[in-house]
Amino acid sequence: MLGTYITFPELLIWLPLLAGVACFFAKKEQAAKAIALLGSLLVLSVSIVTLFYTDNTQYGSYNQVNYIWLKYIGNSFNIGLDGYGRMLTFLTALSFPIIFLATYRNTYKRSSVFYGLMLLTQCGLMGVFCAKDALLFYFFWELALIPVYFLCSIWGGEKRIQTTFKFFVYTFTGSLLMLTGIIYVYLQTSGRVFEDGTVVSHSFAMTAFYKANLTWADQNWLFWLFFVAFAIKMPIFPFHTWQPDTYDQAPTGVTMVLSGIMVKMGLFAVLRWLIPIFPEASTKYTHIVVALSVIGIIYASCLAMVQDNLKKLVAYSSIAHIGLMCASIFAMNIFSVQGMMLQMFNHGINIIGLWIVVDLLEKKTGIKQISQLGGVATKAPVLTIMLVIIALANIALPLTNAFAGEFLMFSGLYQYSGWMTAAAGIGIILSAVYTLNMIQKIFYGEIVPATASVQDIAWNEKLVLGLIVCIIFVSGVYPQPVIDLTKNAATELVKLFN
Amino acid sequence: MNAIIFSAAWGIVMMFSGAFIKSKATPKYLALAGIVLLFVVNALELNSGRSFFTIDTHDMLLINSYNLAFIAVVLACTMIYFLLSGRDVEKVGSHVGEYFGLIFFVLCGVSLAATFNTLLFLFIGIEIISIPLYILTGSDKRNLKSNEAALKYFLMGAFSTGIMLMGIAFIYGGNSAGSFFINNIQLGTGKLPVMIAVGLVMLIVSMSFKVSAAPFHFWTPDVYDGAPTVFTSFMSTIVKVAGFFAFARLFENAFGRMQSQWQTLILVITVATLLIGNITAVFQQSVKRMLAYSSIAQAGFMLLALFALNEKAREGLLLYTAAYSLATIGLFAILIKMEDYTIDGFNGLSKKQPLLAFCATIFLLSLTGIPLTAGFQSKFYMLMAAVQNGHHFWLVIVAVLFAAVSAYYYFRIIQAMYFKEATQDVIQTSDIRMGFKLVLIITVLLILALGIYPELLLGWMYH
Repeated sequence: MLGTYITFPELLIWLPLLAGVACFFAKKEQAAKAIALLGSLLVLSVSIVTLFYTDNTQYGSYNQVNYIWLKYIGNSFNIGLDGYGRMLTFLTALSFPIIFLATYRNTYKRSSVFYGLMLLTQCGLMGVFCAKDALLFYFFWELALIPVYFLCSIWGGEKRIQTTFKFFVYTFTGSLLMLTGIIYVYLQTSGRVFEDGTVVSHSFAMTAFYKANLTWADQNWLFWLFFVAFAIKMPIFPFHTWQPDTYDQAPTGVTMVLSGIMVKMGLFAVLRWLIPIFPEASTKYTHIVVALSVIGIIYASCLAMVQDNLKKLVAYSSIAHIGLMCASIFAMNIFSVQGMMLQMFNHGINIIGLWIVVDLLEKKTGIKQISQLGGVATKAPVLTIMLVIIALANIALPLTNAFAGEFLMFSGLYQYSGWMTAAAGIGIILSAVYTLNMIQKIFYGEIVPATASVQDIAWNEKLVLGLIVCIIFVSGVYPQPVIDLTKNAATELVKLFN
Repeated sequence: MNAIIFSAAWGIVMMFSGAFIKSKATPKYLALAGIVLLFVVNALELNSGRSFFTIDTHDMLLINSYNLAFIAVVLACTMIYFLLSGRDVEKVGSHVGEYFGLIFFVLCGVSLAATFNTLLFLFIGIEIISIPLYILTGSDKRNLKSNEAALKYFLMGAFSTGIMLMGIAFIYGGNSAGSFFINNIQLGTGKLPVMIAVGLVMLIVSMSFKVSAAPFHFWTPDVYDGAPTVFTSFMSTIVKVAGFFAFARLFENAFGRMQSQWQTLILVITVATLLIGNITAVFQQSVKRMLAYSSIAQAGFMLLALFALNEKAREGLLLYTAAYSLATIGLFAILIKMEDYTIDGFNGLSKKQPLLAFCATIFLLSLTGIPLTAGFQSKFYMLMAAVQNGHHFWLVIVAVLFAAVSAYYYFRIIQAMYFKEATQDVIQTSDIRMGFKLVLIITVLLILALGIYPELLLGWMYH
């Protein structure tokens, strides 16, 4: 049945959609929660199975599918799993059950809509990571955004409406610029012949885009049209201003999706679309992109140090990490690219873990100011241990998952430029400063009134955090599976730079 | 041909219905029957080329599948318009039959403007569209704003008609063939003779007025605001796209080959329209006025078809007709039911009427151009056409930046409906019937269907 009637990528896209629609029609709050959790677990199980069928030469029919869609303009519903795309679908599939479990005790008004929109977001994200057709990619890119807009605006904090709208306008502008770029490149592609004999003069297929007949001058400005869209999504300095506010105001479940997976859309798009379509321009502009990224790292780290708002601290730390990943892509060697791919996965896990802890703290104390908290460790020892491990992973201590990735990224970055590495290294030192400082202030020291009544975490939270800690250690000690998954893709990508 | 004759005939039937039918509700059903009949006979002609009339027009009308497809879209939109807002037409005044009759005359004009092959028929078509509209605008007799709007519209409209006629005269005198046929005006790519150039500019001015492109848009907000809302809905959608269709056909067939000489003019008008429409819409508090400016802003996007003049532009215009009309008619139908026409009047609608709020959201998303809605596909085709044209790529960038601006005012309504609490009764609930909701859902489904598979509609072009 698999391969003839349905394929993996289709399952990964349609299952969340179905579950999401089912959630909309759920009458009771508990029912919606249960459907969402079960649906996301089902997606996860499919995603785990896909990890055993990675060989596309042998299992190509399981992993790829191509339907004619908009015939007259040479577009097709072409989706497939490969390399880092597969890894990111797995990250997406893994994150949603974790998020649902961790926030299982949260109650949302109109929760059926909440869970429905969450699953629609998952559908959009899966589509982005699977799309092999430029127009299809654009569709999913936008579709992932719309549910998030509603999620943040309905269930967010006090200033949710303005903040979310700022976020929406930023990304919408970026994607429209990308759309014009897509159209321009499309008109430079050669035609294709569909199976039923229809001949079209241009094509939206990814392969056609890679071979598009672009002049040197075209590449130079098209590169920026695409890059701005992706830079806003990641976000890269100076396009990051939407991010801290949005993370702060969004409901925590959505913040986890935003920071864990959605930022990966930007990085993924650079790998899958930007560099292969414009290899020469990418080589030419590496200096600018790396410089922007490194500025972002230092800038965000400095801001994180002075933050009193716990959520904004994590948000800025996320900008710093993404900056490092973006710099690594453009450092253009196998170590940095491979390390970056590894880090995409690990960062997703770590940041979600961090948000879970932040959310727990906020729920238990009702406070997100670091200065007003203290002495949580004596009240909630398990939570403290979990947080310390996750925080140490976030600053890439050896034996944790982020270490391997950051080590590779730095060694790659060093080959590219010693100065940039040194500058980015400052960011790492700063991250240790603010993370440890945060742990010290919140978890140790005197017990303040706000934390006096804190209780330790419940079973579902223990389960989730335990799972995350397990992943942190396992992939810290043995990162090889992720490397194996992305090795070929990294090699091919590096070949494009010359 | 079918549509032209049947619409004129049905208009007369509707006119006289007032004399024989005393019931106020009957004309609506008569009008519905008429529009269904029109749609069917037009579909017959589109499908099999079968016309009930064999009239020798001496090639003064050009009937092909593209034109017929456009008429079909217009008729389908009018059908939805009747279904959604027919009941509200009854509330405007006592001459219900006449209102519907006038709308049928407009449809006759639209059919002529869609199929003209000579400048004379263009003129007649545009006039048949305009005159009933002057009456409809002023149909709320006791309302001062409606009267003012009608007078303003009439004066400005008469002025632009004069300019158009003058332009036609110049072109007639200037071309060596001495012909009104638009195909005979093709003068090659050489420099334009002065007479033709003057005539061409006059035609651009007058057509820009009809489609409310800047800087000839000043009448639009006042007229749309003053006219009874139910007729604003009709004017700002079906009439406007018909104007565009005629505009694009005229310039493609008559002046297409000399495009390089007048493209800059269209470029300026396009940018000005996008700028003024979008920026002014941002500041509106009344949804009705906001929709008036948004119709100017959308006109800016439709002007891209005129800028591009290629295959994709033709397809895009057809899609735009459907996407823009359906969404705007739907929005107006909901707006009419509201107690308060300001944006704050929409506060908390999602709690009171979740279905209406959902439909309005889809309409607004479509107008913004979010993927999987018809609005996206139409904007996408327009952008594709403009890029394919190969000149002035920056215009496309300007257009998408303004599309992002448009998100601001469309989303304000979504924000009001979903994220704010209602302060008073927002809607006349008694007025919302099952049938109304059903038609709204059908409209939403049509928008989504066109968004997912636009070739459903584009296929009609190639019959």
